[in-house]
Amino acid sequence: MIALPILLPLLFGALCLMAWQNPRWQKAFSLLGTAAQFGAAIWLLIRVQQNGIQHLQVGNWPAPFGIVLVVDLLSAIMVTVAAAVALVVAAYSQAAIDSPRVQYGYYPLFFFLLMGVNGAFITGDLFNLYVWFEVMLMSSFVMLALGGERPQIEGAIKYVILNLLSSTLFLSALGLLYNLAGTLNMADLALRLPGLETGNQITLIAMLFLVAFGIKSAIFPLFFWLPASYHTPPVTITALFSGLLTKVGVYALFRVFTLLFVQDTAYTHTILLIIAGFTMVTGVFGAAAQTDLRRLLSFHIISQIGYLLMGLGMFSQPALAASIYFMVHVILAKTSLFLVAGIVEKMEGSYNLKELGGIYSTRFGVALLFLLPALSLAGLPPLSGFFAKLALVVAGFDLHQYAIVAVGLGVSLMTLYSMTKIWNEAFWKEPKDPIRHAKHKPISSWLWASTAVLVFISLLAGLLAEPLLNLANQAAAQLADPSIYIQAVLGVAP
Amino acid sequence: MVFLLAITAGVLFAAAIYMILRRSLMKTLVGLLLLSYAINLLLFTSADLVPARPALVDADSLLPPAMYADPVPQAFILTAIVISFGLTAFAITLMRQVYNILGSDDLNEMRCTDVPCEEVEIASEEELLEEPL
Amino acid sequence: MHRSILLSAAARYLMPLMLVFSVFLLIRGHNEVGGGFVGGLVATSALMLYAIALSPAALRKLLPVEPHLLVSAGLISALVSGLIPMLAGKPFMTGLWLKYPIPVIGKVGTPLLFDTGVYLVVIGVVTWILLTLAEE
Repeated sequence: MIALPILLPLLFGALCLMAWQNPRWQKAFSLLGTAAQFGAAIWLLIRVQQNGIQHLQVGNWPAPFGIVLVVDLLSAIMVTVAAAVALVVAAYSQAAIDSPRVQYGYYPLFFFLLMGVNGAFITGDLFNLYVWFEVMLMSSFVMLALGGERPQIEGAIKYVILNLLSSTLFLSALGLLYNLAGTLNMADLALRLPGLETGNQITLIAMLFLVAFGIKSAIFPLFFWLPASYHTPPVTITALFSGLLTKVGVYALFRVFTLLFVQDTAYTHTILLIIAGFTMVTGVFGAAAQTDLRRLLSFHIISQIGYLLMGLGMFSQPALAASIYFMVHVILAKTSLFLVAGIVEKMEGSYNLKELGGIYSTRFGVALLFLLPALSLAGLPPLSGFFAKLALVVAGFDLHQYAIVAVGLGVSLMTLYSMTKIWNEAFWKEPKDPIRHAKHKPISSWLWASTAVLVFISLLAGLLAEPLLNLANQAAAQLADPSIYIQAVLGVAP
Repeated sequence: MVFLLAITAGVLFAAAIYMILRRSLMKTLVGLLLLSYAINLLLFTSADLVPARPALVDADSLLPPAMYADPVPQAFILTAIVISFGLTAFAITLMRQVYNILGSDDLNEMRCTDVPCEEVEIASEEELLEEPL
Repeated sequence: MHRSILLSAAARYLMPLMLVFSVFLLIRGHNEVGGGFVGGLVATSALMLYAIALSPAALRKLLPVEPHLLVSAGLISALVSGLIPMLAGKPFMTGLWLKYPIPVIGKVGTPLLFDTGVYLVVIGVVTWILLTLAEE
């Protein structure tokens, strides 16, 4: 039953709506729902890994006429990582989300967001992908504005306008593509596009898709909405967004630029590589100028997106595998960093690096929880970031793409600098106000435990690098050869 | 007919982008609405237009007539309309809340996300004197 | 605000009529013009007419359930309509129909249940948004 990742959030979202006046029930549902979803995701991953690509023809309408749900290994991996993040964030929310936000529907929105994210991961139809994007965006709009503080509302305006623009671009690209090919089923498109005599039209459509998904995944030069909005809501929501939303955009780029738009890779994928380089560099330089912990981490989201695109742009099986592993790594590490930032704020009452200090001496545990994902993000062995970057660099050397490899390594160094800056300012420096600093506010064990679990999973991703890279390699093999996907969905060989 | 629709869609796109670039939020919203109309029209033209041949099968035949309009883009448009209906409802609510909190719908005054809010007040007043809306 | 007597008198009669019409649109929706979304919008406009003619508070009093319960019930009935065919061993969301039409209503099947879900969700969401806006 591969539709479970969509159905479970829908069911629990509806249950949370029913328990509108009863936050206790909603909280219980959130844990139960995300745990069930995690179980379903693991089951799906195992099944896809053993039996190959799974698909479901919704409503018994055969593909390519009906909507089809397709789970290949990439989808299954994404669903699983998203479910792990969701479970941890649900546990973190138990203590971190204030009761007015719960009363205004935080938990139903949380589940509808997950439904949109999972739907985008497992759909096999481009128009359906648009619909899931909208489900996800709609929930994220409301979550971002929930609470109605002034910075939040202003951030929401910027986020909403630019994302609406990206959705409309996506829709117009769909219109043009349908005019060209007469279908929007991904497998059917992959089958038909190579045979069409269309000249440059297909490349034009590919570029429209790149801009539409590029806005959503915050690539250079379309990322401006991200640092303007991600730091405004409570950090729990930021953590969830950073782990899931931009990654859905990247997933969509992976899907269309491996399955559909592979006619003119010398042109399209070179553009992807160039964008990847600029995204990494601008993100990390943007981060260097920040003193607000959340804004700093937001800029790092952008720079990490660059690494994901780098693997896609190089477009070889090892490079794609490296990017998939990188995706798992960055979702886990980034979300943990935001969750730790939330704990720091709860303790010290500020996100400003200038006002923070001395956490290492009084709260060694928090310092450790920060240090592990931070070093992992910077790429130090034996953490997951090291293996992810190593795999990317090796793939780059194989293809003689020395320029992008050099950029990647340079940005890695800058990331290390950035993380050291946070470490020095927030954790090592003498506290600015020792008396106030001594009076720590107590931290709920929900926050502790959930963050620790996520950091532990992130650590595991590093320790189990070899099996995970193997899995990523299998997923990349499916991406590199579209005929497997077409065969699985339509039952015909191209 | 296709030519006419293409021109109309193009004009709508141009108008929409012009409106989106305005500083006033209400005008931006109008721009977004126009953009969704433009795209619905684009989707509509993406099916080859066939005059007066709906995709309906006669009661006594099994196949549709030889020439008929492609119903799929129309389904796309329906879905897109429903979605933009929801998004517009949300956007209006959000903009109303912005107006309630800021007392203004000028995008230039929304700088709390970049600098602390106290500094925004002073900067924006100077700005407003220089360039009228 | 001054309220028109004509409007409030008319609204009392129009509202039930429009609600009945919305159900009619819902039921004929599968093969004819109509459907859950349109029906839901017509029903909501009936409720809104009442809220404008009398007051949003009067509408709140009139509604037997809170709007969010309508949304929840709608989502669950749509979900159930998708799951029923799975009990019969068909893929998710396959349309199943009763063999013989029921008098007045006509053919009944899981798509009608799904449409009813849409109908409830639309009424719930739109009424919710508009009531919140009107009560501010």
